[in-house]
Amino acid sequence: MNKYEQYETVVGLEVHAQLLTHSKIFAPDPNAFGAAPNTHVSHITLAHPGTLPVLNEKAVAYAVMMGLATDCQIQGYNQFARKNYFYPDLPKGYQISQDKTPICYGGQVVLKNHNGTTKTIRLTRIHLEEDAGKSSHDQHEAYSQIDLNRAGTPLIEIVSEPDLRSGEEAATYFRACAPIGAVLGYLRRQYGRGSRRCDANVSVRKHGDPKLGQRVEIKNMNSLRNVKRAIESEAKRQIDLIEQGERVLQQTRSYDADTNTTFALRTKENEDDYRYFPEPDLPPVVLTDAYIEQCRATMPELPQQRYTRYIEQTQLSPYDAQQLTDDLAAAQLFDQTAQLTQHTKAIANWLLGPIRNYLHEHQLTMAQCPLSAQCLAELVELVEAGKVSFSTAAQQLLPALAQQPNAKPQDLATQLQLLTHDDNDLTAQIIAQVLAQHPDKVKAYRHHGKKGLIGFFMGEVMRLSTVKLDPKTTNKMLSEALNN
Amino acid sequence: MQINDELVAKLANLAKLEFDPTETEAIKTDLAQIIGFFEQINVIDTEGVEPLVYLNDASNTLRPDVAAQLLTREQALQNAPLRDDAHILVPKVIKKGG
Repeated sequence: MNKYEQYETVVGLEVHAQLLTHSKIFAPDPNAFGAAPNTHVSHITLAHPGTLPVLNEKAVAYAVMMGLATDCQIQGYNQFARKNYFYPDLPKGYQISQDKTPICYGGQVVLKNHNGTTKTIRLTRIHLEEDAGKSSHDQHEAYSQIDLNRAGTPLIEIVSEPDLRSGEEAATYFRACAPIGAVLGYLRRQYGRGSRRCDANVSVRKHGDPKLGQRVEIKNMNSLRNVKRAIESEAKRQIDLIEQGERVLQQTRSYDADTNTTFALRTKENEDDYRYFPEPDLPPVVLTDAYIEQCRATMPELPQQRYTRYIEQTQLSPYDAQQLTDDLAAAQLFDQTAQLTQHTKAIANWLLGPIRNYLHEHQLTMAQCPLSAQCLAELVELVEAGKVSFSTAAQQLLPALAQQPNAKPQDLATQLQLLTHDDNDLTAQIIAQVLAQHPDKVKAYRHHGKKGLIGFFMGEVMRLSTVKLDPKTTNKMLSEALNN
Repeated sequence: MQINDELVAKLANLAKLEFDPTETEAIKTDLAQIIGFFEQINVIDTEGVEPLVYLNDASNTLRPDVAAQLLTREQALQNAPLRDDAHILVPKVIKKGG
């Protein structure tokens, strides 16, 4: 066993996620990504004397919903607090955050492992705070440039317990926080861009050691890859130190992706003393049970709830249920279509098979699917009723419908002569004709066990027919004729 | 409270200020007076008294989530000591390495 294998890594993550409100958390400046620098900046954001913050009600609702989605308790009596430090991207000289009364506390996020097992990561708290502006240090030779568009935009900070055991697991958790937020519709989905970033508290200890090692905080990672690599590189650094008989110092470090190493920002002696105290400019926020229930009622269905519903109520296979749950647009189209036809298994097959393939070939996403739920339901009904065979529908009717999304599947199938014929007399006539034409092959089938000849007979029947026959019915009738 | 060089250095660091030895001595005298003045408050018995944070009983003062542009960029930047076309400029604050 090499020295690294003797240690386990212990990680707690602090995920900062932007809330997708229209305006900032304490000021009406637009909360929008990508605007020209310093165009979303009011006198409140600039901290001019006499200005006062006023809390955005939507930010509160979103934070409560995130708490409910992760099984948190919701704080009844909320205070905001000033976190004091001087930095040019924060004109007030303090960040408004929450200290002693986080809006949510004590929840959990359940991670699904590849092998189907699950692991529960406990949450310490979720609190509301404002983001800082953006400093650029490399655009100007002598100065740092400050853009305050982001200053004052709403964030939630999701703090986990030290339940994560590797860089990989931390990355999985970081990713798992996203779909919950994305379904609730308020976390930006794209990585990078500062929309979601995290700090990690990392320590190492020998396997089986109940005592936690000295932790080191790594600041500001914004991609899944960097989370994983930074934690792995930091754990390795700590193990090397311990193995050399040195101590791990309590530090705040930063990750340099170029060299895949962490470097010290400050040590404990210079650790910021934030001098938290209650923010007197913001009255307390009291959240009643009625308010919390109102938030719960307006929450959309979460991924885990959707998955369970598909398995228990819709009787989809776990595989189909997971595939649909992973693609919100597909799940929504599925749900709408399932209102219109009972063939739910068939809808899932269509969405995850021919439709997804068609969209992929045409470089479209599920959200851009040209077929409406109504159209998809009619298509499914048509095939389930045996009026068009599945393969004909997938190969010919679907592309035609995608081109003419307003056409009715039945009309288009008729027009393109894709309908199977359900005239059993005609089918019987043709079968009789084919059998009469090939007495030797009929004999081989009936007396010499050449059952594979059924394919030949089917082909002949289909060839002789001037209309599309339903393959299922034809096959059945042919088998009966041959076995008599 | 003990007013010594260590305390002055800590406060100076938090306030991003620098004092030379003469200034440090002057600040120590001032601090001793100011802190001494406030320490009179300690005479009052506050056992069992809730800290007063808010001066009135208001709660849940919230605003609807409606965006508004209150200033132009020109207005926003006009009081900046140093600026370029689009940004406030400040001395460089981060060094990589170490």
